[in-house]
Amino acid sequence: MPHLIVLGPQRLEPIVHNVLQGLGVDGDIALISAGWQEREEEDEELREVLGTRCRVHNLRVHGRCEEVYHEDTEFFEAHRARQDQLRELQSLYRYRLDLSLDAARYLFAQQGEETLLQPEREDAIDALRRLDQHHVRRLQEIHDDFESKWNSLERTAVQKQREEIQSILGYCGTIAIAGGHVAVLLNRIRMLGIESFFKDHHLVAWSAGAMALSEKVVLFHDKPPQGAGAPEILDLGLGYFKGLLPLPHARRRLNLNDPARVALLAQRFAPSLCFALDEGSHIQATDKGWKLHPRTRLLTAEGQVHNFLHPKEIELPSVVLDPQAASSADIQPQGEHR
Amino acid sequence: MSSLIHRLQQRIPVSDAEIDEFLQEHSFPWVEETSVLFLYRGDAEQVRLRHWIFGLPSSQDFFRIPKTNLWVLQADIPRESRIEYKFEVVQGGQGRWIRDPLNRHLAYDPFGANSVCQGAGYITPEWIEEDSESRPGTLEDIEIFSKAYGEKRHLTVYLPARFRPRRRYPLLIVHDGPDYKRYSSFKTVLDNLIHRNEVAPLIVALQHPVQRLNEYPDHPQQARFTVEEVLPFLQENYPVHDIPAMRGLMGASFGGVATLSTAWRNPGVFGRLLLQSGSFAFTDIGDNKRGPLFDPVVDFMNRFRKRPGKPSDKIFLSCGMYESLIYENRSIVPLLQKTGMEVRFRESRDGHNWINWRDHLRDALSWLFPGPLWMIYE
Repeated sequence: MPHLIVLGPQRLEPIVHNVLQGLGVDGDIALISAGWQEREEEDEELREVLGTRCRVHNLRVHGRCEEVYHEDTEFFEAHRARQDQLRELQSLYRYRLDLSLDAARYLFAQQGEETLLQPEREDAIDALRRLDQHHVRRLQEIHDDFESKWNSLERTAVQKQREEIQSILGYCGTIAIAGGHVAVLLNRIRMLGIESFFKDHHLVAWSAGAMALSEKVVLFHDKPPQGAGAPEILDLGLGYFKGLLPLPHARRRLNLNDPARVALLAQRFAPSLCFALDEGSHIQATDKGWKLHPRTRLLTAEGQVHNFLHPKEIELPSVVLDPQAASSADIQPQGEHR
Repeated sequence: MSSLIHRLQQRIPVSDAEIDEFLQEHSFPWVEETSVLFLYRGDAEQVRLRHWIFGLPSSQDFFRIPKTNLWVLQADIPRESRIEYKFEVVQGGQGRWIRDPLNRHLAYDPFGANSVCQGAGYITPEWIEEDSESRPGTLEDIEIFSKAYGEKRHLTVYLPARFRPRRRYPLLIVHDGPDYKRYSSFKTVLDNLIHRNEVAPLIVALQHPVQRLNEYPDHPQQARFTVEEVLPFLQENYPVHDIPAMRGLMGASFGGVATLSTAWRNPGVFGRLLLQSGSFAFTDIGDNKRGPLFDPVVDFMNRFRKRPGKPSDKIFLSCGMYESLIYENRSIVPLLQKTGMEVRFRESRDGHNWINWRDHLRDALSWLFPGPLWMIYE
């Protein structure tokens, strides 16, 4: 069975090579570095972290999409219009989100009679989830509408790139997805439908790569220089796995010492489990769920940040290795709030 | 801590050894919420606190604890304040200005260094420290011949980490460039904010003035030099965007005046302005009271206030509350807002100094040139 591995950032403390070696994975690696945008082929640093002894083939996903745009201008225009629509939707969602999140943060920071406060907090979380659900539904509608009109994977320019990618993947046992600009990465993988090639390969993804593979992409930052730092759903992810919300660079981006903020984040996205992915973090899919390695931290609904000192397996029956099998209903946030 | 001072004040004898121990165990000035205790130990006829806080007497006398050579002064300082100061120690009738020997916090400027009192709640930003995780940008020293000035002029050009000649970058031109670099940790700040994706990767041109007090207060040659010489040179030799929204100009004090006057003389060129403690002196009636250096400033500001036009699209202003210029800066904000420009104004409890300007850089640059912070997870 192919391995699915989710890692923290690799630049300062690369572990990807050792992890793959430890699993006995060798052979050629196909690299997706589209998150680096136009720098995707300046990948010396990435080749180094993957190990100098294996052959790395950069799939040039960003560059290939540029070629598609160039060859199929009609598709390019439609794609751009869809992106504009998504941006507009995002700003409407963000406006509503700011108001709902302000209320929830206020309630989570209050101290007093718990029997009075707790139902208010729960309802505030419910309101946030309803808004997130609504947003996910709207995103899905826009994507479905676009696909029904344009059938991207049938476009000649796209097919040509897919064939070339498939041929490269024919001699690569592993696909590595590096971090970077998560929206660009996701958008470009999706445009070429590369996720349909994943299932027969070992898959290792870190930072934005891990976010793109998950069921929904959540942007977050607790201490931005501008604005209040409201975590927001950017888009549906590739849905390659469920039940796990990766939070890369959490030590820098999140205020993990603030239990109210941690609790709010964990409760809002439950039943998905929120994981802080920092240097050294390492999660691996198993038959039953996920195997968590030390230095991977879990954000709990109680506002704690749980460190795993020893490898630990958790059962999450919703790990999905075939995104095609996941229906749109599966990707709605759901579950009991706590 | 105050018990020993209290005992001394009550003339309860205290040994030298006790004082030594006391001084070793405490850092000075001693800050407790809004109360600050300054202390000087040494022989003197008088000791005074000298500072640059507009609104407070610029000289305040210390009190000598009888039968000791300890001098103390208690002052009330609001939370989050930052104050630069010196001690004036009078001996033989002569006053000598020195830095506080018991205080290790110093701030540097072109005139030397001052001691710094950090009030309760003031936090030195962590993004000003060199960060081993940040990829450093590079600096290039350039010399260009200026027709406006009739002589060679120096520029230092900052290129962000992972600079690529085929990519286009926003451009920021900075007055008093070397001082920003030296006293406001400008390069480190740029490296850190760009690395953290809070600020877009920028090309930054640091101008080296020669006679800043003449060149910066609305000097037509300076505006010509910036717009007709520096800008075209950079556009020709560096991959910079060619739209006003991707072009910024900034400066502090007289450099703020140069920034505003250059943009005013050339509307539509710079879409982003950063004005820090701009010396925006003006008169409603009567003469300028700030001295002849300010004559061209006042003349410019009076003209500007009559016909501000729309020099830019987005302006960030900052000023310290302990500067005399706070009133001019506050009063210019509604005027700028009326022009239809997007204006953001920030105050801090600080004076007219490079650290104050440094402390606003994150807020200002991330607003004027926002980076892809929310999207990048490398």
